[in-house]
Amino acid sequence: MLLGLLAEGDKHGYELKRAHDRRLPRARPLAFGQVYATLGRLERDGLVAPAGQDRDAGPDRTAYTLTPAGRDALAAWLAEVEPPMPYVASTLFAKVVVALLVADTGHVRSYLVAQRRAHTDRLRELTAVKTDPSASLDDVVAADYAIAHLDADLRWLHTTLERVADWHREVHS
Amino acid sequence: MTELQARGVVKAYGPTPALRGITLDVAEGEIVAVTGPSGCGKSTLLHCLAGILRPDAGQVFWRGERIDTWSEAARSKLRRTEFGVLFQFGQLVPELTVAENVALPLLLAGTGRRAGRTVATAWLARLGVADLADARPGELSGGQQQRCALARTLVTEPRVIFADEPTGALDTLAGEQVLTQLVRLAREQRTSVVLVTHEPRIAGYADREVVLRDGAVDGAGLGLDLPAAAGSGLGLRATGAPAGEALANAAPAGGAPAGERPAGGAR
Repeated sequence: MLLGLLAEGDKHGYELKRAHDRRLPRARPLAFGQVYATLGRLERDGLVAPAGQDRDAGPDRTAYTLTPAGRDALAAWLAEVEPPMPYVASTLFAKVVVALLVADTGHVRSYLVAQRRAHTDRLRELTAVKTDPSASLDDVVAADYAIAHLDADLRWLHTTLERVADWHREVHS
Repeated sequence: MTELQARGVVKAYGPTPALRGITLDVAEGEIVAVTGPSGCGKSTLLHCLAGILRPDAGQVFWRGERIDTWSEAARSKLRRTEFGVLFQFGQLVPELTVAENVALPLLLAGTGRRAGRTVATAWLARLGVADLADARPGELSGGQQQRCALARTLVTEPRVIFADEPTGALDTLAGEQVLTQLVRLAREQRTSVVLVTHEPRIAGYADREVVLRDGAVDGAGLGLDLPAAAGSGLGLRATGAPAGEALANAAPAGGAPAGERPAGGAR
């Protein structure tokens, strides 16, 4: 990600953090320490290099530029296909399965009702962000991503309940 | 102010009950999503609220006036002037141009042809499709058609818009664009919206969600009841199989051994 932001133009650590938080508005904000640690690693690996006049200043005063190797690494990263969901790993998934397995109906039910409400509230919040006339493309793209995942969770939740109810009907009929 | 009220609305199709006593308020300017599994009665409710169907029992009020007892002609006029309806498929008249389609509700209300066209093209411009005014519906994409249908819904400046799966026939981006415009313009005009959808994502556009199940409002919003004994009801011992096996074992094939079935069946 940092390599991608540097491809836009040379940046100081602080500018990189700002650019990251602006481009990925719904992601967890990047800590400064993390930015400098990553830059250090990238510099060690020859993917970025200090740029400009003040190359002997402290790390916060140094602007970094992509090296040719850095450009290659960025291109390779962008070309690499992400494994589509190699594992089904989410706390929500695990919790619903375990709840159906071990909890009594009352507890499962109140958990599901509360979880569903939390999901729909968040969905509504993100939709409001996205439909705000002043929303930037970055905002909309980030909100879309989160909305699509919440939507998928909610659909899965409903399908699971229907499956369990179906199963229950067949077993008891 | 309450724009629309349903009080104990009941509707059946022959022996099949569709609505079993729905009570619902929609405030002025409020956007309410009506959701629930297919067959839960959400479209029937929309038709009863919009005065298209007459409930078998219960009452429907618009701005405090009971409308379900009105004659077909009076309800039809109400639908033309104060209500706007948007369906899954735009239902534009294929023989007319887009501008003529959009102006149609105005012409029916007695507006002259020229004035109608002026207002219609202004609405098309607001929706960003002014350039389509002289096209025929058959020449448009689904998203364009639905935007033009939205213009036709808005042209009479209705107080309530009823939208039944308005994005059901559109791809995701076109659907989002139509809804964004619908919600934005409804907010500007303080128009109430009743939005029927089965998609959680679409319900996210509303201020509030009402979930129906089997023709009744489902306060919990889960869309169905959990079986009486969900936990051990999966036919697994609570301490037995690891979580991952739960769903695999939940497949109906063969059922669970009798001894592992939950005792009570109370729903």
